[in-house]
Amino acid sequence: MQDSLKSSSYQQLEQKSKYTNMFLRWFLYFILILFASYFIFPLYVMVVTSLKTMEEIRQGTLLSWPSGLNLESWAVAWGGRGYGAGDTFLRPYFWNSIKMVVPAVFFSTFIGAMTGYVLTKWRFKGDQWVFLFLLFGCFIPFQAILLPMARTLGVLGISNSVIGLVLVHTVYGIPFTTLFFRNYYISVPTELVKAARIDGAGFFKIFFKILLPISAPIIVVTVIWQFTQIWNDFLFGSTFSFGEAAPIQVALNNMVLSSTSVKEYNVDMASAIIAGIPTLIVYVLAGKYFIRGLTSGAVKG
Amino acid sequence: MFKWLEKNLPKIVMAPAVGLIGWFVYGFVLWTLYISFTNSKILPKYELWGFGQYEKLWASRKWLIAVDNLLIFTALFLIFCVVIGIILAIFLDQKIRAEGLLRTIYLYPMALSFIVTGTAWKWILNPTLGIQKMFRDWGFENFTFDWLVDREMAIYTIVIAGVWQSAGFVMALFLAGLRSVEDEIVKAAKIDGASLFTVYWKILLPMMRPVFFTSFVILVHISIKSYDLIVALTQGGPGISTTMPALYMTQTAFHKSQVGLSAASAMMMFMAVAAVIIPYLYSELRRENAR
Repeated sequence: MQDSLKSSSYQQLEQKSKYTNMFLRWFLYFILILFASYFIFPLYVMVVTSLKTMEEIRQGTLLSWPSGLNLESWAVAWGGRGYGAGDTFLRPYFWNSIKMVVPAVFFSTFIGAMTGYVLTKWRFKGDQWVFLFLLFGCFIPFQAILLPMARTLGVLGISNSVIGLVLVHTVYGIPFTTLFFRNYYISVPTELVKAARIDGAGFFKIFFKILLPISAPIIVVTVIWQFTQIWNDFLFGSTFSFGEAAPIQVALNNMVLSSTSVKEYNVDMASAIIAGIPTLIVYVLAGKYFIRGLTSGAVKG
Repeated sequence: MFKWLEKNLPKIVMAPAVGLIGWFVYGFVLWTLYISFTNSKILPKYELWGFGQYEKLWASRKWLIAVDNLLIFTALFLIFCVVIGIILAIFLDQKIRAEGLLRTIYLYPMALSFIVTGTAWKWILNPTLGIQKMFRDWGFENFTFDWLVDREMAIYTIVIAGVWQSAGFVMALFLAGLRSVEDEIVKAAKIDGASLFTVYWKILLPMMRPVFFTSFVILVHISIKSYDLIVALTQGGPGISTTMPALYMTQTAFHKSQVGLSAASAMMMFMAVAAVIIPYLYSELRRENAR
């Protein structure tokens, strides 16, 4: 009697916890999906808006589905309407950004690899202070260097040019690339390097034969980080360039703000997607490396 | 000669980086500091003028609005990012199906520029064709959501877009933190009869102190420097109601040609960042040395 009572109440209890568990589980998924829709909402709106005609935009709502695959606003955003003066479109600025990003990523990554290598494998007295000296560059608000930088670019004769922006992005990328490579190389056993030195291998030989072959992951992290930062930069681009030399983010902003004619939101959204798509592709393809860079270098605003 | 070169090769390789940072970071900050003590207008002047620019700065209504906005933005941005980030991290940590997909969705805004996302939000928040119209078309005829063009409320639209952009990042930090906790600790607590809620509230979250600290530093840093998002979303308007220090600095320097004054505002920003970063670097270095 006693026993059966005990077991049945126990069963009841278990049953109850099973139902609460199921309820909690549904609740969990509900919240997660709710947030996912909040995060996906702007991207969805951008895509459907870019596929609508202005007529559809005025009649439908943000969420309404486009009547067809109307790619005209994409063509206008990328290549313009072809009426000459005043016709702004993204194609030339897209190439400006490519011309700016490729050398700036290359130089800053290379310099960072070298300094990271020296700071961990060819240590000298006070190297910790040198690292701290470089690291501090990650944190400064760039407003504190804008004025002298503008003058310097003017003196060098490269203000309002892609070359000027390459210089700026290379220099202010060095603290981050150094940080990445230094933190990676510090976990590579120094014995390897010591043995190679005894065998008579020199500075560059050790780097290219021992360090570089195992550096693939950190190179990917650094390149993705630098690419995303430089592609998305607006402060330097808008301060040091205008007109034809502007990178894509600056051109996008000018296009959206220009109030010459009727606002064409579909063209605005297509332009925004075009400006965002390279970094988005990199993120989707190499998310793991993107997040690794983010969690170790995200101090930059 | 060759011997010397070989011996000093590492230092020679280091030299360009150290030289560039020395000149372009430290030299430039010192130049800005010096200029903030002069009466420079369009062109820099080099005779010292004392604290005049700082007095002018703190007497300027626009700067006070900018500082006010920064405080409002930072507080709300911090609270919402951390709360949403923690909720998402804890929920994702419950052996969820399609976790990878959800994580990708929560974090993708970080891959986009503030100009791109600002353009999207501007379109969504505009009263004539955006969310307001959507709800009105659905039958809520008196629905109003015009914060973007409302002086009092426009700053909160920047919070909405900013939180949307950065909350996923806080989620990633906390998820990594939770995953690095030993399973044994959780198991032991469960055997002792602790509920899942207690495990998180009493054991795991207190263990996340360093993650809280890191998120705090990064988010404050982002908010002090926020510039692109405001340019894309409101241009500091309506009027000057959403001006923030970074926008104030560039406008004063490049539109109003008040070089001395803008240098003073840049140095205020520099000091605000230093006040957050120096304790952070100090504690990070101590942790690294302790290892």
